[in-house]
Amino acid sequence: MLRRRTRIEIPEFYVGSVLAVTVSDPQAPGKTSRFVGICILREGHGLRATMTLRNAIDQQGVEICYPLYNPTLQKIEVLRLEKRLDEDLRYLRDCPLEYSTFAFDMEPEHAADSGEVPVNPVKVPLRPRPWTWRWERAGMKGLIVPELREDFYERAKKVSEPWHKYDLMREYRRSVPVEDQREIYAEVHEHVQSLETDQRRVRRRRVFVAPKKTS
Amino acid sequence: MLARSAVSLLRPASSAACRHAAPLSTSAPRCEIRKLARLRVVDNSQIGKEAMAEGRPPRVIHVYNKRAVATVGDKVLMAIRGQKRKGLLVGCVKTQHPMSMIPKFDTNNVVLIDDAGTPLGTRIHVPIPNVIRERLQRMSHKKSGDFTKILSLATRFV
Repeated sequence: MLRRRTRIEIPEFYVGSVLAVTVSDPQAPGKTSRFVGICILREGHGLRATMTLRNAIDQQGVEICYPLYNPTLQKIEVLRLEKRLDEDLRYLRDCPLEYSTFAFDMEPEHAADSGEVPVNPVKVPLRPRPWTWRWERAGMKGLIVPELREDFYERAKKVSEPWHKYDLMREYRRSVPVEDQREIYAEVHEHVQSLETDQRRVRRRRVFVAPKKTS
Repeated sequence: MLARSAVSLLRPASSAACRHAAPLSTSAPRCEIRKLARLRVVDNSQIGKEAMAEGRPPRVIHVYNKRAVATVGDKVLMAIRGQKRKGLLVGCVKTQHPMSMIPKFDTNNVVLIDDAGTPLGTRIHVPIPNVIRERLQRMSHKKSGDFTKILSLATRFV
């Protein structure tokens, strides 16, 4: 993972940030393909870590799942670094397309103060039912769920599992414990020092000047 | 989820005892394109526009595939406005393998073609995945037809 990060810069981003990804694609005209979209999901750990970008192109919603350490990824740029109220924006599939539309020629927006990552408190409305998920049960903070018939809520109450918030082992399994975090950060710290020099060396090596014909 | 809401409409609304009867067990949706799947026509062919406008989208009646499940680039036979027509799938709702980086669309998009692979419309107004190029080239033989003609109709590739 660290070796891959010396070749390509994988920037800091969160679910809700707008990214532009350039991939080498032998079937695309020009052999590279660029996609801009909002990150709706980040899954996986380690080399299998993936992110899903969503955009609405020509009134058609498109999502592409990119493995972050895939060697065919040439460039990952963050056009807008921000967070949303949820860690999972899959509800955008059931929202009007205007909330998933981002121009391909969007310019990178630089934050004025590079301190905390801004949180976008936008609340997105849903399209009329049917939906891809039971959003009245999901408890998404960035989503406005319309009022439904009361038997929806009765059924939601019946299948709800309110004891999850008290489950310590579940929380432990889902997160990286502090002891392991310390080990990982220590390992990364030694590499971060040499990361800058490695990246500069790679950039210099990559520059290929085509030979000019003399006479 | 759609099945559940349909079932609840069939039950009598008044009696509380009836309302909490045992619900149907449904498995998670797979969004696979099999027989009788409804598709969205994305070209500007006359028959396609009429079918989508009247709210009766084409239904798959055969998938030209060993697996009987159609994905991007597969040929399907559809029943559209009382006729049988062939089509090529250019976008799927089904989540693809993450390592493939094939785009996932919000609707199952299809382009109408004839037996030789010539499209019936003149333009496709939605984006097409790049992966379809290689799949159509593999499908095209001298005897079966040239399926790559639809690539010239596309306005945008993804």
